[in-house]
Amino acid sequence: MAHFTKAKSLHDWLNQRLAIDTLRRVLATEYWIPKNINFLWAMGMVLAITFALLLVSGIFLLMYYQPNVDLAFDSVNYTIMQEVGYGWLWRHIHGVAASVVFLIIYIHMFTGIYYGSYKKGREMIWISGMLLFVAFSAEAFSGYMLPWGQMSYWAGMVITNLFSMGGLQLDGLVEWIRGDYIPAQAFLNRFFMLHVLLIPLAIIGLIVLHFGALRIPHVNNQDGEEIDFEAEAAKYKAGNKKESKVIAFVNDFMSKDMMVVSIYLIFFFYLVFYHYDFAMDPVNFDPADGLKTPTHIYPEWYFLWSYEILRPFSTNVGLIAFAFAQVIFFLLPFLDRSPNAVPASRRGLFKYWFWAMLIDMIILTGMGKLPPEGIFSTIGLYAALLFIGLWIVLPFITKFEKKV
Amino acid sequence: MKELLILAVVTFFTLVTYYLVEPFAHSQMHKHFESDGFAYKDLPAVTKKGDASRGKDLVSACIGCHGIEVAGFQAPMDAVSAAATFGVNPPDLSNAGVVFDEKFLANLIKNPAHALMVEHKFDPAKGQMHPMSEYYATGDDKEQEVADIVAYLRSIAVKQEELTPKMAFETACGRCHAVNYGNWTQIGEKPKFKKKQDELAFETQLLDYQDYLAKYMGTLPPDLSMYIRSRGEHYIETFIENPQNYLKGTAMPRVGVSAESAEKVIEHLKDVGDSKRHERETVGKYVMIYMLIFAIFAILWKKEVWRDLH
Repeated sequence: MAHFTKAKSLHDWLNQRLAIDTLRRVLATEYWIPKNINFLWAMGMVLAITFALLLVSGIFLLMYYQPNVDLAFDSVNYTIMQEVGYGWLWRHIHGVAASVVFLIIYIHMFTGIYYGSYKKGREMIWISGMLLFVAFSAEAFSGYMLPWGQMSYWAGMVITNLFSMGGLQLDGLVEWIRGDYIPAQAFLNRFFMLHVLLIPLAIIGLIVLHFGALRIPHVNNQDGEEIDFEAEAAKYKAGNKKESKVIAFVNDFMSKDMMVVSIYLIFFFYLVFYHYDFAMDPVNFDPADGLKTPTHIYPEWYFLWSYEILRPFSTNVGLIAFAFAQVIFFLLPFLDRSPNAVPASRRGLFKYWFWAMLIDMIILTGMGKLPPEGIFSTIGLYAALLFIGLWIVLPFITKFEKKV
Repeated sequence: MKELLILAVVTFFTLVTYYLVEPFAHSQMHKHFESDGFAYKDLPAVTKKGDASRGKDLVSACIGCHGIEVAGFQAPMDAVSAAATFGVNPPDLSNAGVVFDEKFLANLIKNPAHALMVEHKFDPAKGQMHPMSEYYATGDDKEQEVADIVAYLRSIAVKQEELTPKMAFETACGRCHAVNYGNWTQIGEKPKFKKKQDELAFETQLLDYQDYLAKYMGTLPPDLSMYIRSRGEHYIETFIENPQNYLKGTAMPRVGVSAESAEKVIEHLKDVGDSKRHERETVGKYVMIYMLIFAIFAILWKKEVWRDLH
């Protein structure tokens, strides 16, 4: 057993037992971040803050929400929105944050792709990040079921139907997932459990893994420069902060993060109070009705691109394309054969690949919401084919990339 | 400056995506109609000047079916019996003169199915008579008599500024549409009951009424509690002005509210479906001010810390 002395202060008392000084040094004041970064490097903190907003608002909503098919809709739209003090505020924060968190995730992902931050030892950062994306997607989908409106019900119907795997006709699997032949009480209960317990636990675990994965390879920088962190840290500690290529996580990096966060929060709360409709589909303000299919069924905007990869093909081909779209991003670090871990602008054909992928996904997103008719359907088909094609050519164009 | 360029690129792609999934997608998915300001241009104008005192005698033609409570005429039947007879409970006319448009009222009295735009449902040639019969003049100037009745109804109604959103809604919409969040049923406000028997009796009446109504309309008209969020103000306004716009062949009649009353009906839907909107505006303002101040301090802190780093 360690030797304990009579503490001189509360700080000392805690330090002897929890090593708080060491923790602070390792996690904050001597956790080194490159200096050559732009505001896109703050998206991690923006995501952490948004997740905190989701968690806190979710806890408040949980106190009044009723996971019952007869009560759920009214508990959200009447009890929470109109009776509970500031219930409307928590709901709008929750709804808007659920949508905005995906915007930030996509910005964060494309930042990683642009700067090659998934290469040279940073593969696990990318993979854990993709796992987080999947977990957030499941969290968003399960949460969307809870108000038990028309879109909850029919999106639940359509998406769980995918698990019949088209021609395989695994209807038993669909029933097992739903706990019933159609989305009903058992379905609502299990998605409630997933939304408030299992998936949030997974998300928190994955966030820890994602942070942990950063530790050894360190954060990338704007020019993909390889930095000798120990040498640069030594300069910093010796007082040569200006020459050093690194900064401390606290307060240096944190102060820049908080500046970005503060500007982000102005945008966020503007949406919460004045422009929340985009995040809360009008159709979902009609109570669920299993006898009345809405004219248009579409997922929330952040799923539209993969929905559009599913839609233009026949059932089986569509499902295969959809499955491809779901897993292919995980493989990015291995499909990119180039040794260059530098910004896309310095990477030959990959530069064009990056912008083509970004624009293609935006086109898919736009077409995914529109009715699959006429010109929109054709554009969607070609955009989906382009998406698949871009991934197929990726290993070839990167293999022949010149070393910089 | 490089950061601003990056911000511009991120903002650009975000806005393009937003445009595609919101304004553009909705413009492609939904029909759009503009309001005519409740002018009811298809109906001929009233040419005669009405005389309320003559109209007072002529309304005897109305009170066989309608109550006019302010004038002391009780409805001849209770709501359920009326619905059993007519399909829907005819409205009490106390405030009809203020809720409904003057020109519309005159045309309604002359030819109900035409003014209500339900001629596809009620074709006398096929023996489908509208439950409200056309007005048969007692003398030989029908136009004048109709104008007199309208003048009388306008004279007994409350003034426009005394008409509350709730009153407007109940007269114009409330006999077909329930509003659960406003405690409103098709047979009136649901009272608090001391005895379970009374409550069950009320609910039995309501269910009977709803059955007759559903038979009359083809389906039970929806509860409107959340319509302000599910349909939005513009849709509701242009829908009540002419339901055939969006739903060709719908059994819902054009109810003929005046522009001012339409505003009040929508106000009532906001009161029941978005009752915290005023609080949202107030709190929003304070939160935005707080966030701006927070941002100023955050920027100052960053500048302070990074002074040593550059």
